[in-house]
Amino acid sequence: MLKITNLHATVEDTEILKGIDLEVAPGEIHAIMGPNGSGKSTLAQVLAGHDAFTVTEGSVSYEGQDLLDMTPEARAREGVFLAFQYPVEIPGVNTAYFLRTGLNEVRKHRGEEEVDAYDFLSLIREKMSLVEMDESFLKRSVNEGFSGGEKKRHEVLQMAVLEPRLAILDETDSGLDIDALRVVANGVNQLHTPQTSAIVVTHYQRLLEYIVPDLVHVLMDGRIVRSGGKELALQLEEKGYDWIREDATHADPVESAG
Amino acid sequence: MSETTDTIGAYAAAFERFETSLNGGADTALHGKRREAISRLVQDGLPTARFEAWRHTNPASMTRACFVPVAEPGHLTASSIEAFLIAGTSAVLVFADGRFVPELSRRETLPEGLRVSNLATVTDVEEPALMAALGAHTLGENSGFSALNTAFIHDAAVIAIDSGCTVDEPVQILHVRTSQPGLTAPRTLVVAESDSRVSIVETFVGMASGAGSLTASVAEIVVGRASVVEHTRIHLHGAEGHHAGTVHVAEEEDARYTGHSFGLAGRFVREDVHTVLNGERIESTLNGLSLPLGGDHVDNYTTIEHTAASCRSHELYKGVVGGRAHSVFRGKILVHQAAQKTDAYQSNQNLLMSDDAEIDSKPQLEIYADDVKCSHGSTTGQLDPDALFYLRARGLGLRQAQRVLTRAFAGELVDRLHHEGLHQHVDALVSDRLDAVLADPDHGDSL
Repeated sequence: MLKITNLHATVEDTEILKGIDLEVAPGEIHAIMGPNGSGKSTLAQVLAGHDAFTVTEGSVSYEGQDLLDMTPEARAREGVFLAFQYPVEIPGVNTAYFLRTGLNEVRKHRGEEEVDAYDFLSLIREKMSLVEMDESFLKRSVNEGFSGGEKKRHEVLQMAVLEPRLAILDETDSGLDIDALRVVANGVNQLHTPQTSAIVVTHYQRLLEYIVPDLVHVLMDGRIVRSGGKELALQLEEKGYDWIREDATHADPVESAG
Repeated sequence: MSETTDTIGAYAAAFERFETSLNGGADTALHGKRREAISRLVQDGLPTARFEAWRHTNPASMTRACFVPVAEPGHLTASSIEAFLIAGTSAVLVFADGRFVPELSRRETLPEGLRVSNLATVTDVEEPALMAALGAHTLGENSGFSALNTAFIHDAAVIAIDSGCTVDEPVQILHVRTSQPGLTAPRTLVVAESDSRVSIVETFVGMASGAGSLTASVAEIVVGRASVVEHTRIHLHGAEGHHAGTVHVAEEEDARYTGHSFGLAGRFVREDVHTVLNGERIESTLNGLSLPLGGDHVDNYTTIEHTAASCRSHELYKGVVGGRAHSVFRGKILVHQAAQKTDAYQSNQNLLMSDDAEIDSKPQLEIYADDVKCSHGSTTGQLDPDALFYLRARGLGLRQAQRVLTRAFAGELVDRLHHEGLHQHVDALVSDRLDAVLADPDHGDSL
């Protein structure tokens, strides 16, 4: 599904990613953890195609295509979805219109018929119940005045509408209370299939109680310094990141799992 | 002024020919106003780039030569104007090159209390108040072009609303410039008596490119005590169209005036709006949206004059500026000493769609009262790159994402139109024009 090889990326001449290797197979959920500033969000944004970052070295192959060569919209249409850490407020753009326009772009790309406003309404009602969002949000401007939790639910709703093959969740748990966290995680789990994959970027182990990863990677200073099973997340929760940092200075980074 | 002297001489000569052509019509109160106007024009001249009011807009292309008034109006057909008509209006007045076209106008089913006529049928004997109102409010900073208009008035839209009369459906005035080159002088007078309500839409249409022509328009709006007037202007001049328009609004106590200006096409469009709040508790709103592209130049020159206490004014002008276009906004709020408890807010927001587009935004607060709340804000920027990325990350192409964001930006002003037919009409025009701005070859995709 996704193969990242020796990925280096900079922002304004500062190197943030310093050689990431990661392979994600269909059906897998990978968690990426790490302290603040380790490059987790940068990795997520580079995969989605944000032009604030420059890839200086390495490659990313997504379903056999050169992902880095694709525009952000081409990635989205091919099934790559980024749930934003900070969803953008767009005054004056109605949420229903936003969701339907995105869906129709993806459908057109897949050679499917566009959905009209009427059919969209029944489709969106079903998806909204998944993330326990009220229909009144459809009439509001995109993310404008949404609470932190509402914004994150809205991200998962967009994911439900677009049905991506690779979902990248960038700190979707940040700022959520436990109920909202459960709703968001439940949404992600229900959308997960043996054909789809997810990369869950998170600072805390908490989210991983609800979205159980196949593999956990620890990102530090722009590199994956350790990979392991879901128990690695528990170790991190218990011991913090320092023990890995110490380990990492004594030994070569462990091989990233594939 | 020397560069315009020859022009003024030519206008004076044109006036004499015009006077001769009027024959018996040269002996009326109206003609007295024309004569007065041509004298004023000869005396004061037309504006030059040295005028403070024309600092960012060089009027030379409109003043260096005389635009001979169109003598024979071009022909209009019902099908040629169909696209400009708004659904659900109470009446339509159509003018071709400043001449009333009764066969294309519609005013059969007017509500009682609303009178919609052509000036030619308004006599100073039957309608002394209306005739007195004509030209009573035209002394503004753009008076050169106002005087030019008054001197060459032929026909004009006159709308009178009796006291207590309310009409929800708008009256549309279609000022069409056909392919005839030269000067046209569209004129509108609206007198809303106390406790009345009316909505007026003026559409300026250029049927041809507009090369070699000048439209000098004047609208005078009298908003009587506790009356409510909505006044929408849609500018659809041809790609080469030149327009110097003036809107004078005189408001009495407890009145409410809302102006909406949509600058949707024209090579050179200057619109002066001067609203005078003459009584207490008036609420005045000026809305404007300009979408210039290519080598267009647009200048919105507004003045809100508070002369009495406890009035509120709101102003929002926006521009989406593409190509090498230049957009100018001057917003003056003048608060006289007597106008205590004034609450005035002004905002000018611009989106630059290309590296070569240019904006001049000049708020001007002149306040002589000490107990007032006046504020203003001005922003100029490009589309929010984070919002663009967010939309693209959901599958929208770059152009479509730009379209969605510019429409949202412009939509704030379109959505201030509450009449359904008018809203739909303007929404479609704005949408088409934004597509043209985004498709401008000078518009880079580097945003």
